[in-house]
Amino acid sequence: MHASEKQVPIWFFIGVVLAVYGLLILAAGVYEILHPPPEDQRVALWHLHAPVWWGAFLLVVGLFYTVRFRPREGESLTGRV
Amino acid sequence: MSDALADMTTPMPLLAMAVSDSPGSLLRLGFVDLLIIVLYFVVVLAIGFYLKRFANTGEDFFLAGRKMTAWIAGLSFISANLSSLETMGWSAMAYQYGMLGAHAYFIGAIPAILFLAIVMMPFYYICKTHSVPGYLKLRYGEPARALAGITFSFLTICVSGASMFAMAKILHLLLGWDMDLSIWVSSLTVAIYVALGGLLSAVFNEVLQFFLIWAGSLLIPILGLIHAGGWRGMMEKIQQHAPIIHPTVQNADFTSLWRNLGSFDSNPMGIDWFGMVFGLGLAVSFGYWCTDFLQVQRVIVARDLRSAQNGTIIGAFLKMMVPLIVTVPGLLGLAVLVHPDGSPVVLVPESDPRAGITHRTYNDVLPLLMSQYLGPGLLGLGVTAMIAGFMSGMAGNISAFATVWTYDVYKPLLRRHGSDRHYLAMGRWSSIVGILLSIGTAYLLFLFSNILEYLQVLVFFFIVPLFAVILLGMLWKRATPAAGFWGFLAAILVSIGMWAYVHAFPEGWRPQPKATLAAGSVVRLERDAQGVLQRVIVEKGAVEFVNVPAVAGWSADEALVLAGRVSDGRDERPLQLLAPDVVLAETQEPSKFGVEEVPVVLRPGVEVRHVTVEKRFAPAAFNPDHARVIARSEKAKPMAINMYSAWWSFVVGVVVTVVVSLVTRPKPESELRNLVMGLTELPDEGPCPWYEKPIFWASVVAAVLIAINIIFW
Repeated sequence: MHASEKQVPIWFFIGVVLAVYGLLILAAGVYEILHPPPEDQRVALWHLHAPVWWGAFLLVVGLFYTVRFRPREGESLTGRV
Repeated sequence: MSDALADMTTPMPLLAMAVSDSPGSLLRLGFVDLLIIVLYFVVVLAIGFYLKRFANTGEDFFLAGRKMTAWIAGLSFISANLSSLETMGWSAMAYQYGMLGAHAYFIGAIPAILFLAIVMMPFYYICKTHSVPGYLKLRYGEPARALAGITFSFLTICVSGASMFAMAKILHLLLGWDMDLSIWVSSLTVAIYVALGGLLSAVFNEVLQFFLIWAGSLLIPILGLIHAGGWRGMMEKIQQHAPIIHPTVQNADFTSLWRNLGSFDSNPMGIDWFGMVFGLGLAVSFGYWCTDFLQVQRVIVARDLRSAQNGTIIGAFLKMMVPLIVTVPGLLGLAVLVHPDGSPVVLVPESDPRAGITHRTYNDVLPLLMSQYLGPGLLGLGVTAMIAGFMSGMAGNISAFATVWTYDVYKPLLRRHGSDRHYLAMGRWSSIVGILLSIGTAYLLFLFSNILEYLQVLVFFFIVPLFAVILLGMLWKRATPAAGFWGFLAAILVSIGMWAYVHAFPEGWRPQPKATLAAGSVVRLERDAQGVLQRVIVEKGAVEFVNVPAVAGWSADEALVLAGRVSDGRDERPLQLLAPDVVLAETQEPSKFGVEEVPVVLRPGVEVRHVTVEKRFAPAAFNPDHARVIARSEKAKPMAINMYSAWWSFVVGVVVTVVVSLVTRPKPESELRNLVMGLTELPDEGPCPWYEKPIFWASVVAAVLIAINIIFW
């Protein structure tokens, strides 16, 4: 174990993944609003634009974890020591 | 013949929505979806490579350095169990049985997890064992450990291979992906990250997978409940649709947990309250959660006893939440999967003649909901959740296998005095070899796919005896080393014996009579004024019969008329007719259907082949006479028989261990310190506030469990 090295907590990885996924899904949702698919190709409840709010939710959660658990002094693999 | 079966020969229009009864590639992924899936593989590999530098000793590799926090231990504990086979399978159960399918998450899990946290964890933790077989060594000696180590290693590989095979099959059916590619890409990814970072890597990826599984699955119940008009709206729709979807289930109560468990025939699961409480709630559940090393390994690596206990309780709480993404979608399948005219989409069991021809099966309920609600991006996340579920289960099995193989088989039996570095290398190599053996098992299942479902049942038949022996070992200091071995072995043998007994047919067992029309056969369908199919006339082509002796001596020069029920040579049974690819004589249009109990006429010139299938031992069938001996009633269905078998195996394990203990010599008390109740002192971990006390949170979880069971009584 490299005690002096800054460690990347697992929560940081999770934050980055959720943020990237949230951004991609949000972008796909916004694109769908700007360029709506033909009605016969829409999923059920399309008008609720789930990708927009679910993507935004994942993005916010992901950013929170990314910032809160960014690699820095005092942070271990499992979180703050 | 039922109306439902008549309906299935009516051609279905192609639906505007993706929801259709007809099988075919169900989910279509776009660029964003594929990007999300590829990113997932990149991240799990990156985590493995990053963590390699922290796995330098045996303790790091096999026990993740014993530094997990309660949250990480708890999330990993539940993620390793949350495989996609389970989520899809229990969603299908909820579609088939309603709320009864949620028992696996309530009485079938929570009491056992709390028992592990409060009663058993101190023994596992304080004796500093690295595995459950390791505890057996300390408590009972080498023979019991060797038996547990070898059987566990073998079964872990089998289960991992079965999971791989199931994943490849599901991804092929849903997405049209190549099965070889699915198996090799996912398993090599798991092999790389487990071999690099050991348990640390497996645990961290499981925590990530937990978040992805929920992010990809939670939207379905949210959107489904909005679509159905809330919980009440869903229940009303279920009441309307259930008689159409499950026409043969009378008075089915899809919304209660206990009300219909008075007897075997008052519920569609064919189980009574005794089997549910003592079979599932005690034997299977306690065996699985308290002694399956795959589960226990996740929490004994916590940084202190309190974290191990709280992590387990966090796992219990999360387990109680899983019905939200499993049971609720199954129920939603009954309510919101409808055709444009408002009639419900009917899913059928695998045994139904329509399955795979005109109708999808119960197992498709979750993917169908995904295709109904998830658009670009979200669909990729949903599929990623599914893949993550498979991989977390696979990694759990492989990391547990590497530990048990290295410490409980290789070290005591093959090389006792190796260096820590040597065992670390063995751990890495056994992870890779374990994956390769699992791949071999998966390919074996291509040839013998019918053993898949029995494999999983057999795991319980090994785990339950282990629980009986360990429970007595922890609670009763008089239990002797000889008793530990013989109690364990006797219960395993009785389990296997019971399994063989209920599938044995001394008089011979014959599968249901079946006729399969060859591709391109020409048929004429005769219907009555209401459109109900009355007769199928085969004008040209070929038919393969199974167990219809009446056709054996038939001459192709004359017409043959078969009734809807035919003799299989012993009993008169309904004839299944499968026509996956035929041509209608009137219109020359292609068609496909599957029916049961409909008369069939073969015109002169139709080619006929016939085989008689009879088996003395049939794992696919249960002998009702033998089932009565095990499960107290010939009406008991497979689920009930398995639960009762588990219960008897637990009883045999306890009885043999007690009896042998009474006639053999126990270990001296000095050798039982930190292993048995009464001889184990709990370490003082210092004062802690009330909200960190395991007993407080265990009480809260127990109270919530009771409340849920009362609400859905």
